[in-house]
Amino acid sequence: MGFFLLITIFIATFPLYAKLYYVRALCTILMYIVLAVSWAMFSGPTGYMSLAPAAFLGVGIYISAVLYGQNEALLPLPVVILIGALASFILALIVGLVTLRLKGIYFAIFTFGLVVLLSELILWVELNINEISGRYPRYVSIDIILYITFGILVATLLTAYFIRRSRLGLAMQSIGGNEEAAEHMGVNTTMVKVITFAISAAFMGAIGAITAPRIVYVHAAVAFNLNYSFLPVVMAVMGGMGQFYGPVIGAIVLAFAEVRLRPFYPYYYMLTFGIILITIIFFLPAGLAGLIQRLGDRLGGLISKLRKGSEAEQHANT
Amino acid sequence: MPETALRVVVSGLLNGSIYALVAMGLSLQYGVARVLNISHGEFIMLGALTTWTLHTSFGINPLLSVAISGPILFAIGFVLYRTLFTGLKNRSPSPAVFEGNSLLVTFGLLFIIQNIALLRWSSLPRSYKFLDSVVWLAGSAFRLNRLVALAIAVVVGVAFYLFLTRSRPGKAIRAAAQDPGTAGLMGININWVLPLCFGLGAFLAGLAGVLISMVYQGSTPFMGLSYTIIALIVVVLGGLGSITGSFVGGLILGLIGSLVSSWDMSFVLIAFYAIFMILLLIRPTGIFGKK
Repeated sequence: MGFFLLITIFIATFPLYAKLYYVRALCTILMYIVLAVSWAMFSGPTGYMSLAPAAFLGVGIYISAVLYGQNEALLPLPVVILIGALASFILALIVGLVTLRLKGIYFAIFTFGLVVLLSELILWVELNINEISGRYPRYVSIDIILYITFGILVATLLTAYFIRRSRLGLAMQSIGGNEEAAEHMGVNTTMVKVITFAISAAFMGAIGAITAPRIVYVHAAVAFNLNYSFLPVVMAVMGGMGQFYGPVIGAIVLAFAEVRLRPFYPYYYMLTFGIILITIIFFLPAGLAGLIQRLGDRLGGLISKLRKGSEAEQHANT
Repeated sequence: MPETALRVVVSGLLNGSIYALVAMGLSLQYGVARVLNISHGEFIMLGALTTWTLHTSFGINPLLSVAISGPILFAIGFVLYRTLFTGLKNRSPSPAVFEGNSLLVTFGLLFIIQNIALLRWSSLPRSYKFLDSVVWLAGSAFRLNRLVALAIAVVVGVAFYLFLTRSRPGKAIRAAAQDPGTAGLMGININWVLPLCFGLGAFLAGLAGVLISMVYQGSTPFMGLSYTIIALIVVVLGGLGSITGSFVGGLILGLIGSLVSSWDMSFVLIAFYAIFMILLLIRPTGIFGKK
């Protein structure tokens, strides 16, 4: 709790003393944490690899760009964010319902295609029907963006935490373990999958809606960038999905590296990124969180060994 | 009108035959070796850009450069499977875990290969001219390199089909595709066949890259992903693991593409994805897929 208070104070006061560039960077990092955590919310326990984060994020970005445009703000910002979340929720509901029969790798392929389909479709509509190539969202000051982003992050973390501890979380883990067995045990696998997929998408839509004013110029290729699909997956895997905090750690480490290193060494950064990803999958299947736990265990073992040793010594002395 | 029709068919077949090569490679890699290779397009890009370098710096005929880049890419693919993916397979508790993890590893490969290429070639589009004289065919003009590429793609496609159906290694590959465990028990050296498939997939990608650099202008290190996506569509269209399906599926997709683009250029990709997603929903095993 104290830790959470510290973080809140840090975020709340950050725009007061930090340069604009760093505040924007912090927003990017928080956005990646939301994406990674909400991705892991569904894909972590069920094992269904979704490559759709960019689709849901992009829907949020576009909703915001349309409803909160430069010339006319049709609706107030909080309502726009809610609509962004709702739109992604409904899209995920539809996608979930139609792709249920697709198991394993087909689901990954389908969600991968969804991102590119939406991107091409929106670009086509914008160019041929609306006759524009991109949109300029209304200006929102960076501290407000930061606070709203942080608010969405807190909501995401709380939801992820409670889903993990609820019956829904258990049901998802049983699907990941053995879907047929779960079904026979009375788990409504269809319901569980669709609902959690949609909930996780809602957070991606919400964060997209607040990301739109930050990226200033919204274009289909920017909003539906496939990196927004790849990176959250990599972050969650790197952080480790066995622990609740795994994706958070992965997202912080990678997003920080992305913000600090990528603009200066784009090629070497991505090259190292690939090597690290492969190394982690090979040697740290439980991710950084698993490594932390293992180190913790070993440290605990060492401490108790020392304690036992000193006890034995005392024993010998008496 | 018949001239336009011929034009649509020939350019459709040309694009389609390249799609077919690309998809056959991916089909071998996923259908047999069980690695959904997202970095497949990067091998195409390597094929295209090495051809550019060999042609512009050393004056080597692009058609001959296959003899250099092909074996190198085959070796890279073979070694990658022999080391990386075999190691991953031994560590994975179940085939499903292996498929998920190998997908992630190929993401890593995508980033690695693409950025090595960016360091080597930068992001500038690279073009060269080769066999670009005009040939008249039934009243329509075609570039010679397009027709040559079409012929090569078809010959290689047929040769591959014959290799898989008639030769002993081909039979071993098909057996491994059906059931690697049992194939291993029947005396097929799985540790040799699966890397072979992955290497052949990389080789086909490289060959497709050579043809692409010859026909289309402006190869960049970023060109790979779009071909990976097209290959995924074709492979799903033809059925994962079916080589015939990939070949026919590639040609069909090429024809659809040129038909749609004769009506509206910007709608081609949307049409592809729409077909792809509908197909995934209606018949995920593809046209030629079993089960």
